[in-house]
Amino acid sequence: MARIGVFICHCGENISATVDCGKVAETIGKLKHVAYSTEYKYMCSDPGQTLIKDAIKEHKLTGVVVSACSPRMHEPTFRKACAEAGLNPFLCEMANLREHCSWVHEKNELTTQKAIDIVRTQVEKVKLNSALQPIKVPVTKTAMVIGGGIAGIQAALDIANTGHKVVMIERSPSIGGHMSQLSETFPTLDCSQCILTPRMVEVAQHPNITLYTYAEVESVEGFIGNFKVKIRKKAKSLDEKICTGCGLCTTKCPQKKIPNEFEQGMGMRPAIYVPFPQAVPNRPVIDKEHCTYYIKGKCKICEVVCPTKAIRFDQPDEILDLEIGAIVVATGFDIKHADFFPEYGYGKYKDIIDGLQFERMASASGPTSGEIRRPSDGQVPKNIVFIACAGSRDPAKGIAYCSKICCMYTAKHAMLYKHKVHEGRAHVFYMDIRSGGKNYDEFVRRAIEEDHVNYIRGRVSTVFERDGKLIVKGVDTLLGAQPVEIVADMVVLATAGVANAGAEDLAQKLHVSYDQHKFFAEAHPKLKPVETNTAGIFLAGACQNPKDIPDAVSQASGSAVKVAALFSQDMLTREPLVAVVNRYAPPMYSTCVGCFLCQSVCPYQAIEREEFKNREGKVVKTVAKINEGLCQGCGTCVALCRSKSIDLLGYSNNQVHAEVMALLNEY
Amino acid sequence: MKTGIYPGCSLTGSARDYNESVFAIAEAFGLEFIQIPDWNCCGATAAHNLNKELSLALPARILAIAEKNGLDEIIVPCAACYSRLVVTQHELKKDPELKNRICEVIEMDYRGTSVILNVIEWIDKYIVPKLEEKIVKPFNYKVACYYGCLLVRPNKILNYDRVEDPQTLDVVMSKLGATAIDYPYKTECCGAGLSISRTDIVSKLSGKIIEDAEHRGADAIVVACPMCHSNLDMRRPDINKYWDTEFKIPVIFVTQAIGLAIGLSPQKVGLRRHFVEVKIS
Repeated sequence: MARIGVFICHCGENISATVDCGKVAETIGKLKHVAYSTEYKYMCSDPGQTLIKDAIKEHKLTGVVVSACSPRMHEPTFRKACAEAGLNPFLCEMANLREHCSWVHEKNELTTQKAIDIVRTQVEKVKLNSALQPIKVPVTKTAMVIGGGIAGIQAALDIANTGHKVVMIERSPSIGGHMSQLSETFPTLDCSQCILTPRMVEVAQHPNITLYTYAEVESVEGFIGNFKVKIRKKAKSLDEKICTGCGLCTTKCPQKKIPNEFEQGMGMRPAIYVPFPQAVPNRPVIDKEHCTYYIKGKCKICEVVCPTKAIRFDQPDEILDLEIGAIVVATGFDIKHADFFPEYGYGKYKDIIDGLQFERMASASGPTSGEIRRPSDGQVPKNIVFIACAGSRDPAKGIAYCSKICCMYTAKHAMLYKHKVHEGRAHVFYMDIRSGGKNYDEFVRRAIEEDHVNYIRGRVSTVFERDGKLIVKGVDTLLGAQPVEIVADMVVLATAGVANAGAEDLAQKLHVSYDQHKFFAEAHPKLKPVETNTAGIFLAGACQNPKDIPDAVSQASGSAVKVAALFSQDMLTREPLVAVVNRYAPPMYSTCVGCFLCQSVCPYQAIEREEFKNREGKVVKTVAKINEGLCQGCGTCVALCRSKSIDLLGYSNNQVHAEVMALLNEY
Repeated sequence: MKTGIYPGCSLTGSARDYNESVFAIAEAFGLEFIQIPDWNCCGATAAHNLNKELSLALPARILAIAEKNGLDEIIVPCAACYSRLVVTQHELKKDPELKNRICEVIEMDYRGTSVILNVIEWIDKYIVPKLEEKIVKPFNYKVACYYGCLLVRPNKILNYDRVEDPQTLDVVMSKLGATAIDYPYKTECCGAGLSISRTDIVSKLSGKIIEDAEHRGADAIVVACPMCHSNLDMRRPDINKYWDTEFKIPVIFVTQAIGLAIGLSPQKVGLRRHFVEVKIS
């Protein structure tokens, strides 16, 4: 015989201002099986919780309905209170009187009536609740960090320093990411490589970090604490253990005209190459697409010159199986290429470059050894124009969002130019200057006031070449929309930051969601910024949205803490609100007919096959079985099951039916 | 397939040269069209500034007559007329209620079934496939292709060519043997309807378009819009006076260039009607 206790909360005046709580408590108190019904001003307060605990003991309650706010707010609070009074926490339900009733209606009879109906549904439901036990799953205490840019490096080092093992996967031949390409960093103008390379080396030498470069994630299965990851180590065509990194092969390779990715196409590299001098690991790889041997079947000069005979042309790709407990995604970003903006002339005129190309040009290790020179003729530009928001904040032609980093790096670029070309003139066209950040606005002011960068508030309509000069036509909106025409020697486009190529593919492999721009989606925009909606997978850096270095590093450390917290437990506890396929004694075993339609619709790959064997060991029946570690309790399989063999614990068909019937029936 | 032609006001007036060249090359390629009977003004720039319903009703009537006469396609050589007709078709397709109201206004049925082609689309579809065999005198000149504002806009409705750096005219001209130069003034404003009220503004704007083409060494500016043509050609004396110079570059219609390339006489394609002397032939 059920004995249900109902506790109506006023939530200060949040509920009681429009709902007559006294009447609700009184009406509910008269219902069958309701042993106790009361109201209180703040049910979540200490006295409120004590009220519930005392009532459970005094009235020997078998179920509790707390009628208050959303269960997202206080369900854990009240379930904990019930557990402390000796009641299984899953025998406590919440009726949402605040968000679903009092906040959205005016004060009148109907509102109170609706509140009564909402409580009734939960009373009917809780009668059918059963005591559930939390699920425990073990944790593999090894983390995988995908991406070896600054965010990945920071996350890997932080996790490794807590004493846990880390596997880092980087798809290019070296770690370092975009930060390794940058010249100097805002707002301090310290050399990017000087602060980055020690960390890269630390990753390579850390006893807790295993680094796989030139490797990609092939597949991810499993669940929090228990991921099974396959990675593909692409063949480097070289035995890394023997190679000393002397670099002789790279100097002798006859292919020398391959656009250098690290130099953003502004320099050339051979087919066997180390991406940049400070690369980690400092070992070359052979680019099979461009290598003469792989194309024509002969050459092998690198093999001939290699003093340690490390070249392996027949090396296959290697697939590694890893057991991983948590994953940090730090795959970074890319810049939107400017060809969608034909009026800005990128690609048509050599002296129009993008921001990353300018970084390489300004970098001491870059193609011009840090001198600012026009790509067309090598002359030092006397007049240079920077165009901010070349694609960002432009829903008509580019992307709607603000790329966040461009205002700052454009100010930095203009400043670097002025520091290198004292007599030159730098102009910046901008929409707004967004320089929120520690010492950021001061930095921009410095560019304007000390380095005399000419900031023009307005957009550029077109850039074209005439007599070897670039004509930049724009508008100055602070001078009453006056047309501005600048005859420039070089133009730098601050193109939008976009998701990395392959981000969508990786998101699907990981089963994490992503937004319309293919950036990885956080679980909550404010309160869960490093978590994804898949438990055990975290985000770091610009794979979530464009970020500068300080933000990427902070987020990376945040994700590392999440991983460390996860690894601090030997077993994970999770709510048992999962689907189950029914089981009966032989010869029935289950009403499941083994159609496995559920398997194809399960978004979490949680449905497995279970075979029943007779005494001779012969399989007599194959039915579905749900992996409770993977199941997220979405209920898709329940709705689809043709033989009604699956039910969702805590939300069974019977419970939901009882709720509906409560609304339909008189009381 | 029955093709109609909507000449609009300019092709029967200031752009008779354009009209003659369209008909001349159509004849040479064995193409026929029927002039839409009892056609009316498209509304031009005036109507849609004053009265939205009127600006839709005028083109809707033209399109309704075309449908009634069983015309599957309508070629509209004037870029402004083309824009008005296409925009009307788009607006009425989007909003059935509006369509019904407009039908009441024009007292005719309108279904929106006719396909509207601008002159380049028409050339691409009917002339280009047979062009190579017909060319007797390749058009070996450097040309600046000038599209003006309306041929490729509004992009969301037309979905035709690249709005800031269109290419279709360049492609047609290169098929004639011409060299289309890199020309940044392709879609800059010529001054349009200010031709009458503020000739000084037209002189300034059109002058820039002409100056850059001459500066880059073009032998001719190629256009596909009667308004652009009249501003760049008919207003040349005003332009030269404004800029205090003697711009000599001729302005020709793409259809005239095709006519010359397939061996038609300058007379036949209306080149004798230009204000700026056309020395190329």
